[in-house]
Amino acid sequence: MTLIELREIRKTYYLGEVDLPVLRGISLTIGRGELTALMGVSGSGKSTLMNILGCLDHPTSGQYWLDGKEISTLSANQRALLRNRMIGFVFQNFNLLPRTSALENVMMPLSYAPADLSERQMRRRATELLDRIGLADRMDHQPSQLSGGQQQRVAIARALVNHPQVLLADEPTGNLDSHTSEELLRMFQELNRSEGITIVLVTHDPGVARHARQIIHIRDGLIEDGDTAFAAEPGAAGPGPAADSAGRADGGVA
Amino acid sequence: MRSYRTFKTALRALRRNVMRAALTTLGIVIGVAAVIAMMEIGAGSSAAIQKTITNMGANNLMLMPGTAASGGISFGGGSTTTLTPQDCDAILRDCSAVRNAAPVVRARTQVVYGNRNWVPSSIYGTTPAFLDVRDWTGLAEGETFADRDVRNANRVCVLGQTIVRELFEGQSPVGKVLRVKNVSFRVIGVLRSKGANMMGMDQDDILLAPWTAIKYRVTGASLANVNQSSAETSPSSVNSLNQLYPNAQLDFYPIPSAVQQADTPMPVRFTNVDQIWLAARSTSEIPLAVQQVTNLLRERHRIRPPALDDFNLRDMTEMTKVLSSTTALMTSLLLCVALISLVVGGVGIMNIMLVSVTERTREIGLRMAVGARPPDVLRQFLAEAVVLCLIGGAVGILLGRGASYVVTLVLHWPVQASLPAVAAAVLVSASIGIIFGYYPAWKASRLDPIEALRYE
Repeated sequence: MTLIELREIRKTYYLGEVDLPVLRGISLTIGRGELTALMGVSGSGKSTLMNILGCLDHPTSGQYWLDGKEISTLSANQRALLRNRMIGFVFQNFNLLPRTSALENVMMPLSYAPADLSERQMRRRATELLDRIGLADRMDHQPSQLSGGQQQRVAIARALVNHPQVLLADEPTGNLDSHTSEELLRMFQELNRSEGITIVLVTHDPGVARHARQIIHIRDGLIEDGDTAFAAEPGAAGPGPAADSAGRADGGVA
Repeated sequence: MRSYRTFKTALRALRRNVMRAALTTLGIVIGVAAVIAMMEIGAGSSAAIQKTITNMGANNLMLMPGTAASGGISFGGGSTTTLTPQDCDAILRDCSAVRNAAPVVRARTQVVYGNRNWVPSSIYGTTPAFLDVRDWTGLAEGETFADRDVRNANRVCVLGQTIVRELFEGQSPVGKVLRVKNVSFRVIGVLRSKGANMMGMDQDDILLAPWTAIKYRVTGASLANVNQSSAETSPSSVNSLNQLYPNAQLDFYPIPSAVQQADTPMPVRFTNVDQIWLAARSTSEIPLAVQQVTNLLRERHRIRPPALDDFNLRDMTEMTKVLSSTTALMTSLLLCVALISLVVGGVGIMNIMLVSVTERTREIGLRMAVGARPPDVLRQFLAEAVVLCLIGGAVGILLGRGASYVVTLVLHWPVQASLPAVAAAVLVSASIGIIFGYYPAWKASRLDPIEALRYE
């Protein structure tokens, strides 16, 4: 079942008189419950694609369906609502609120939720999540009192607190050592397997991408044909090495 | 619920940087404290000034007899005698805006004690109410004369400080006997010092006695009375001790002669006084008092509309003007100081809020990423500014109250707690929060989440 579908997504930045095309026609689909890695060197446009996937930005042209809804034309306020309900973000630099306890950091997105939860409900939900990621005893600690791995786990709990459909992780292991990275990635796999949360990992590190079930390579604003050969569309490319992948990626039109 | 949460989030954000929040709000704290303290001290001083000016006689009205004129020639104020003690009683009874009234009979003559003599600028024959009219209650020594002394025309008097100094050389005059134009008066009291009045006249150069005593014993012999049978009061037989032992008995009800009755069909005025002094209940009631007294006297004196008043009623317009302009000036001066300090405080808040928005760009980006809409961000930062200002306002109110309390305690300045000042301070600090917090908040809400997240 398709959760994300992009068709002919283009994004061009206009810097004065020079047009800078960053995405040059990307079409892809990501199924529900998928663990996908978005790979590419820096400058390949993967961050821009991630912003569009995360509804932070809207494409210059093209269509984007999220959970069956066309969202490339939504207003800023509608997109904010969508982000709150459907999407969880994990950032490379954690982006926790400084001098704020882990619990309050996790509770923060709930205060923007349209469903008006009471303070107690919010607290309970955040506590449960922190418990699940193994930080039950660190709830009142501030980010500066937590290790990098713990901080990132708090960030994951924050991303999950609104029960999103998609978890977007932008270089989640970029600031962590290899051991912690491994732990974290296993946590992503665990979340994906047990909760069925769709996860998109954006990374430049093949070691990280290896943990995904499907890898999409991006180069120069286009999707590279490569090791993601499974074709959801009938009559398209043949079977590839990642046969268990449910996603589909095809090269865009230049 | 939502606003409560916004408020809580704002408090939490401010708590993350307590020191800076405290310093930011210091401008508002000082501003509001200054306003409150100034308003309270100002209100106190204003009340004190009003009281002083009232003591100077701002609420007083002076009722004088009218002017006689003959063939277009005016004889000047007081040339007719139309006021009676009964007018004074009627005014007290019927005019609600008049607090008190006292008839005054004036004399100017020599006062002798021992081998010293002095001519006081005012010798007033009056009633005990005079001191209340002049806000002069409370004597330095002794007591004042009573209504009984007025009825009996007792020869007692109360002296001002100047006369005491001139005649008694530091001794207590109470119980001593002095002579006013050869009529002996016993001194029973000494007035408190009142100093010079606005025209520079020494108000302590005064001798007060029952008006009956002054009128019948001191001036009675010399001042002929128009309506009364002057023949009776003027000495008809030669008596060299006339001044000391008046031969004419004091007669409150002289029987008019047949000629007089034929001449004046009106009831005879038995006696008259030179002036009546009135005190209005308050400065604002002066116009009402003037109207009431005028109506009453026209009625009592049987004056029909075309005819002019046979009396003059004077109020202290000059003084009341001083009074109101002092208050107005004081208020506007304080308002200026208040506004300036609050604007300075507001600019401080705006400054720090702008810094805060820049510093928390990443946080704003994050909040937007997890679903905060631009209005949410705007509301949050606006709430922070308003909370900051309100806390500052509250602290400022306490500080201002404290400051004015200390001022009363240490400097003994009069202070008046002012509820409007507190209400205004709260209102002003909240609106300063909104006005000066709006621009930074608007700026925050306009941030692009992608840019903001990437901001270093």
